[in-house]
Amino acid sequence: MSKHKLTQLKALEAESIHIIREVVAEFRNPVMLYSVGKDSSVLVHLARKAFYPAPLPFPLLHVDTGFKFKEMYEFRDNFCKEIGADLIVRRNEDAIAKGMNPKEFGVARCCGALKTQGLLDALEEGGYDAAFGGARRDEEKSRAKERVFSMRDEFGQWDPKNQRPELWNIYNGRIHDGESVRVFPISNWTEMDIWSYIREENIPIVPLYFAKERPMIERGDMLIPYYEENKDQYLEGEEPTMVMSRFRTLGCSPCTGAVRSDATNMDEIVIEAAASKRSERETRIIDHGSNSMEDKKKEGYF
Amino acid sequence: MTKANFDLVKEIELLRLVTVGSVDDGKSTLIGRLLIDTKGAFEDQLMAVRKKKGATTVSSAADIDLAMLTDGLAAEREQGITIDVAYRYFATPKRKFIMADCPGHEQYTRNMVTGSSTANAAIILIDARNGVMPQTKRHTHILGLLGIPHLIVAVNKMDLVDYDQATFEKIREEMDEYCAKQGIKDLICTPISALTGDMVTIRGENMDWYEGDTLLETLESLSVLDDLDEKPFRMPVQLVNRPQTADLPDYRGFMGTIASGTIKVGDAITVVPSGLSSTVKEIVTFDGNLEEAFAPQSITLTLNDNIDISRGDMLVHTGEPTTGEKSLTANVCWIGDEPLERRKKYMIKHTTRQVKALVDDVVFKREIHTLEKEDADTLEMNEIGQIRFKLQQPLNCDSYAENRMTGSFIIIDSFTNNTVGAGMVV
Repeated sequence: MSKHKLTQLKALEAESIHIIREVVAEFRNPVMLYSVGKDSSVLVHLARKAFYPAPLPFPLLHVDTGFKFKEMYEFRDNFCKEIGADLIVRRNEDAIAKGMNPKEFGVARCCGALKTQGLLDALEEGGYDAAFGGARRDEEKSRAKERVFSMRDEFGQWDPKNQRPELWNIYNGRIHDGESVRVFPISNWTEMDIWSYIREENIPIVPLYFAKERPMIERGDMLIPYYEENKDQYLEGEEPTMVMSRFRTLGCSPCTGAVRSDATNMDEIVIEAAASKRSERETRIIDHGSNSMEDKKKEGYF
Repeated sequence: MTKANFDLVKEIELLRLVTVGSVDDGKSTLIGRLLIDTKGAFEDQLMAVRKKKGATTVSSAADIDLAMLTDGLAAEREQGITIDVAYRYFATPKRKFIMADCPGHEQYTRNMVTGSSTANAAIILIDARNGVMPQTKRHTHILGLLGIPHLIVAVNKMDLVDYDQATFEKIREEMDEYCAKQGIKDLICTPISALTGDMVTIRGENMDWYEGDTLLETLESLSVLDDLDEKPFRMPVQLVNRPQTADLPDYRGFMGTIASGTIKVGDAITVVPSGLSSTVKEIVTFDGNLEEAFAPQSITLTLNDNIDISRGDMLVHTGEPTTGEKSLTANVCWIGDEPLERRKKYMIKHTTRQVKALVDDVVFKREIHTLEKEDADTLEMNEIGQIRFKLQQPLNCDSYAENRMTGSFIIIDSFTNNTVGAGMVV
């Protein structure tokens, strides 16, 4: 019987590093999508481990919507500087110039323009044949069905009914010209794994994940963070109140809710995650509505 | 959870599990049951699939449409069937489970192979009313070929056969006999009712005649220890790390995941297929250098001699070579839309190496019910047989029975780039 055993987090880590290295070995021009959130923080940390002592062999790509939390922009710039990463920021400037926003155009159209189209344009412009993403299968039911190597046609679209079989840890990275692949090295991690790993490895994350008194709009069950510069995005009569709260997931500030929480440090966050009865995606307005994630993924969303 | 528990949580083991079965044998209900009873599904996810739209709470499997919870794709919900593998995650205080939920329809057998290849254990579901179906045998045969260490037959819907022991025993005997024919040992049979939860997470009172563990107890107690680290050392090289920075102008590290065995600083290694040898200088990781590393760690090795090594080469302990021949015989599960063609050239990806391979001979095809060998010229999708390949370059393999990592490969159609076969070296 075996004397050596990896803990489950170390086993997940080894699997993720294996995947990241396979992509760098088999693709011409990979890029890592970097959303500034906790999953991205873990993904970048794993990539640094994979290539140590060499620097990251690919750039980080942030598809910015202009609606991210200001704490996220600050964190992003400091973090990338500190680890010496090559950061590329791209925005769908056409849509932003036309004043795209979730309140007037609807969440689906806004996401379609600023996130999906922004991403597809950025990938095409960079000529990337492989893009790493930090999606996890436990997040959402269509993601539960996605392969680690997710093939995309020339239009960046996903065909869920016709996915390549994926056997053992042998990944088929062969593609035709124009096709590309989205790669999800942390597919098998759960939210609990992410928080536990961040705690164990002391991985830096955006301060919004820690509980603090913050101005919030209370809309039904949701806590929507209040920012002066977003005030056009709130409904009539909505006024902020101070609420002890934090974020379990980070997206665009008008469309990401907070949760009431007293968890001010990593130990408390892990304890809270273990006891949580609600999924983290519940705080993302984008996921509500029938089929929305699958539809967006077919169109090219990551 | 309290602070004192952090160290315990760290020690949690990982069990990779696959569930397979025929259509309508209640797999979604079982998975829903496991997710709800282990709190692997969140309240808002359950509320979204509740049966009564007005309901304000969901507490039992009966309150929700379980198939809606597990069938994540629109096409699946339209057709009421599972098309692709869905991965589910749940945990008990002892273990974290990664469960690949595999479709039952024959046309989706290839997805079942996808979900099973990495599993430590499989649950094969059988509807007690229907008994052992052709699909049950196909799936069991594939699980046997893939070398899944633990097979559990869950005879479901016992509530619909009045919890009848004789019905269960008949199915158990038939499965025992089928498995014995292909040398599968360690078969566990459990009667369950996924709907009521009897013998899934609770014992219940209806099957006192059954003395074994509940399904969840079984899943928590199966051995997850493999002996991968005690097998000969194998490390396929993924990449050569040459930072060429000011600090590290001449650094050359060999990056890879240890497929099997252990490696220590100072060990003598040989590169296959070249046969060049050296000794290990350092075992490098981001968290500091190690004295010893073992499977399945992902590491970087530096050596004491400057020898030629590149992606696709394998590092082994000197004196523990692999085979390295230009022909290869393997059991193959064919998963391509187009049938396998004799004399056609495919690509084989084995560990980190890709070689051209010519189909030299279909040695036999396996009849799935009787397990007899049949003469054949081809394999159609979902068929299983033994194939002899001629290789453009030698591959360094072990037999699949010896080593699941270095004995497995995929077959790629070089025209479509699709993965068309799963190979297991004989």
